[in-house]
Amino acid sequence: MRRGPARLVLRLIVVVFALALSFPFYWMALTSFKRTSDLYDLKNNPLLFNDPPTLEHWRFLFAETLYPRWLANTMLVGLAVVAITLLLAVPAAYGLARLTGRWGERAGIGMFLMYLVPPTLLFIPMSRLVAILHLQDSLWSLILIYPTFTVPFATWLLMGFFKSIPRDLEDAAMVDGLSRFSAFLRVIVPVSFSGLVTVSIFAFTLVLQEFVYALTFLSSVSKQTVGVGVPIFLIRGDVFYWGELMAACLVACIPVAIVYNIFLDRLIQGFTVGAVK
Amino acid sequence: MRRWLGPALVAPAFAYIALLVGLPVVLSLYLSVSDARVGSDTTRFVGLANFAGALQTPSFRGALIHSFLFTVISQALVIAGATLLALSLKEAFRGRGLVRLLVLLPWVAPISLGALGWKWLLDSLYSVVNWMLAAAGLVDPMNPPMWLGEPRLAMLSVILVHTWRTLPFATVILLAGLTSIPRDIPEAAAVDGGGFWRTHFTITLPMIRPIVLVALLFGVVFTFTDMTAVYILTRGGPADATQVLPSLAFFTGILGGDLSGGAAISLFLFPMLLLGAIVLLRIARRSEVT
Repeated sequence: MRRGPARLVLRLIVVVFALALSFPFYWMALTSFKRTSDLYDLKNNPLLFNDPPTLEHWRFLFAETLYPRWLANTMLVGLAVVAITLLLAVPAAYGLARLTGRWGERAGIGMFLMYLVPPTLLFIPMSRLVAILHLQDSLWSLILIYPTFTVPFATWLLMGFFKSIPRDLEDAAMVDGLSRFSAFLRVIVPVSFSGLVTVSIFAFTLVLQEFVYALTFLSSVSKQTVGVGVPIFLIRGDVFYWGELMAACLVACIPVAIVYNIFLDRLIQGFTVGAVK
Repeated sequence: MRRWLGPALVAPAFAYIALLVGLPVVLSLYLSVSDARVGSDTTRFVGLANFAGALQTPSFRGALIHSFLFTVISQALVIAGATLLALSLKEAFRGRGLVRLLVLLPWVAPISLGALGWKWLLDSLYSVVNWMLAAAGLVDPMNPPMWLGEPRLAMLSVILVHTWRTLPFATVILLAGLTSIPRDIPEAAAVDGGGFWRTHFTITLPMIRPIVLVALLFGVVFTFTDMTAVYILTRGGPADATQVLPSLAFFTGILGGDLSGGAAISLFLFPMLLLGAIVLLRIARRSEVT
């Protein structure tokens, strides 16, 4: 439709931004497959394989470091947090969307505002709280604290989903003799399945991305999550094993990026607080 | 039955948040007016001494300035870049899906790992960034810039890494705003003789002002309260040159064991959050009315 120079400029902008934003990940991938001798030879062109590629860094990462353990820890915390989040946020969102009238909307926004409270405001009192509960250096500390930021966002997003479902659907089910609660469980929950998946994915990625609380609460090497274990504990002494480090980053980044991309549009609806119709 | 079902469904989530966010907030206020340290059992009330003490130290004043520089410069770059990119991505073209994935990567990747990647990109000896700049004739290969070792460059690096990290998020939010505008309005303006860029900057952008505000709001709050990029890249160094409020609070309260001092520094983040909350409420209120 649009012709000429404007279109060319647009394409050029897209290409430049896409290259600049994704270059670090290309460099991670390249580094993870390069031989150490290739990486640390200043005469080499770093953008090419000057020696044949190798899988040694990947083998070392999975066979001889605690990285698989950290992946498992992250998975465990992620799944537990997703479970708690759904358990709390699904009923709350339904209640706010359907049963609480006008103050439901206000309370929903109030809940969403809690998402803005950052770990860096609360990590010091949280560390005291965790100490009082004897959860220092335990993954349970993260499972307990992470829902404080996943629940607000999940509740807000789900509120939007539930509101978009026509009321007739439950009304019909209730005429058929179901109670409001079983109408919610048997009719609404299945219909909003894609919403539940979106919220679960989002809560899981928030867990994967979290750094400050995990850095504050956990101290043993074997208890780390990926986000803290890799940049803090995979560095032995003063030596950075960049091949392993970059492989470790890629494993955590790429799958999430692909899944995230699929659910993006729904997430954005949540962030724009109704400013986009 | 119906009267209590709503509150009953809502109560657990609110109780969880009230307990695990509300309690720490109270505890934080209590710590900030006490002299609590790790390992000491008795604490005294010291009034506002921790706040006054923080304001007098050069490292705090430095961190305050760095926090503002870090936030203002990175978010100005983000809004400018994201506007340009969102306008360019608005219309469908072949490969748009792949481009969106590539553009989104920095935001989706855990920030600690993205920052670690940058630590390697900006390495003092093997920096691929310096290699490319040298190949383009922009830096002297014998005397390359020490991105993370020299105070001003370190600040610049931290700002640019954070820009890199938050730009995708602002872009997708702006994109959502742009696609919600009826197509015929910019097209009518184009027919009236406005050029492509002029149409966008005078017609389209003002129409999505609430969305720009949303993107800016989240960007500012997430940037002002973040310590991860700084912690991974420079640990606040060299010599506190990149120390920001959250990282200073971490070094003081957690690593230094000065709980009350750290809590006081953290609380300086609160006015920014309050501002963010007010702006968000206004946007939400306005969209509720229309």
